[in-house]
Amino acid sequence: MRIVCPFCGERELGEFTCLGDAKPVRPAAGASADEVFDYVYLRDNVAGETSEHWYHGGGCRAWLKITRNTLTHEISSVEPAAGVGAAKVGA
Amino acid sequence: MKYSIFSLARAAFSGHKTWQRTWRDASPRDRYDVVIIGGGGHGLATAWFLASEYGIRNVAVLEKGWIGSGNAGRNTTIIRSNYGLPGNSGFYELSMKLWERMEQDLNYNTMVSQRGVINLYHSDAQRDAYARRGNTMRINGIDAELLDLAAVRKMMPFLNFDNARFPVQGGLLQRRGGTARHDAVVWGYAHAASALGVDVIQNCEVTGFVRDANGKVTGVETSRGKIGAGKVGMAVAGSSSRVAAMAGLRLPIESHVLQAFVSEAIKPLIPGVMTFGAGHFYVSQSDKGGLVFGGDIDGYNSYAQRGNMPVMEDVCEGGMALMPMIGRVRLLRQWGGIMDMSMDGSPIIDKTPVDGLYLNAGWCYGGFKATPGSGLVFAHLLARDAPHEEAARFRLDRFRRGAMIDEKGVGAQPNLH
Repeated sequence: MRIVCPFCGERELGEFTCLGDAKPVRPAAGASADEVFDYVYLRDNVAGETSEHWYHGGGCRAWLKITRNTLTHEISSVEPAAGVGAAKVGA
Repeated sequence: MKYSIFSLARAAFSGHKTWQRTWRDASPRDRYDVVIIGGGGHGLATAWFLASEYGIRNVAVLEKGWIGSGNAGRNTTIIRSNYGLPGNSGFYELSMKLWERMEQDLNYNTMVSQRGVINLYHSDAQRDAYARRGNTMRINGIDAELLDLAAVRKMMPFLNFDNARFPVQGGLLQRRGGTARHDAVVWGYAHAASALGVDVIQNCEVTGFVRDANGKVTGVETSRGKIGAGKVGMAVAGSSSRVAAMAGLRLPIESHVLQAFVSEAIKPLIPGVMTFGAGHFYVSQSDKGGLVFGGDIDGYNSYAQRGNMPVMEDVCEGGMALMPMIGRVRLLRQWGGIMDMSMDGSPIIDKTPVDGLYLNAGWCYGGFKATPGSGLVFAHLLARDAPHEEAARFRLDRFRRGAMIDEKGVGAQPNLH
């Protein structure tokens, strides 16, 4: 797998870290226990094309949204996604 | 077919041309008391324990490909019970005890070899952590020995003891740990289960669940037709989310790829299993002579059964750091298996919210050593509708209750377990 970073060009996989599924959105403060449980623990774990958040730690240190097929590792799109890492952990 | 020294001698005199298939390649019948999805080690072990311990013999094991074609044939064959947390500790020791009697139980040579598992330590802090782990094990009745540098030197004189970053200071040894022949485990359970009347059905992919008006699962749709079932058990680690989704369930699991490697065969070198956790590398030597080794999961979701270069590089660098001479050995094969990475790094063996459907999942990268234990406790759950005492903590609702069994302490981030 090689990833074409929108800022750095084509780079090897070792420069990137995967945070996981881009779909779950951190619940607002005051959300129900069920919503928080769902966000923290449950996953669609898609077999096929799915969107994920990746971090280009070995390059421009930008957050990216990558559409990738988990059955083939084929990457169909890479987009900038500034701030998603912080949003994910509520920072 | 009963195997013994006499059957071996008889076959030897006829040039080993008289061996028969050891289990029946069955065709599906209309209905079974229990249908188990997944013909890997866990599914076949479950069927054998159902038949032998719980008297339920009208059982089918459905396998999408051929038995043992998934993770049962892709692991690095290590058995051990060096866990620290309540829940894991008792369960893996139960499994270890079942390994010790497996060959007699199954009448099959699974090549269980208790050659020892050693975890190396490289600092005072790591030694203290391993001393604590070893003491925990011994309190729980599991063997453990903390070795100092001299003892490790004697056991494995070929290590690079003076690595600048991770000098070897000693190790935690479990002598009862070791390896077993993974394919033989699958064949052995198929052999013994089949002899008790279990149908082992290959090339039979489950495509959906049959449910009655109340939502209860009453069978499965397969590529070989509909099969009715009193109860359905899932033992499809790696693909648990995909199968569970057919019943409308979402699981606390992500599928990740773990790679493994084997070198060309060399003369006996490595006495047991050796882990270099600090360097993301572990290794043992197969009876054929190949060095069998691996490291971390790749770190991204995958169902592709193959990994990528960064982890291969990382694993080989770890190996070279600890055993520089393996640079002279050629890599023979490399492959990947799909791991059910659970949210706390521990397995799930429980009833599901869907009536009639039972779950055995979330084995992360530790499923092989659990094979006999998993079979026993899952058979218990299916037969009695209540968890086995050694699996009472592996509940599906433990995440909601906050009762995680997080051996590594990294939280709900599966690619870190």
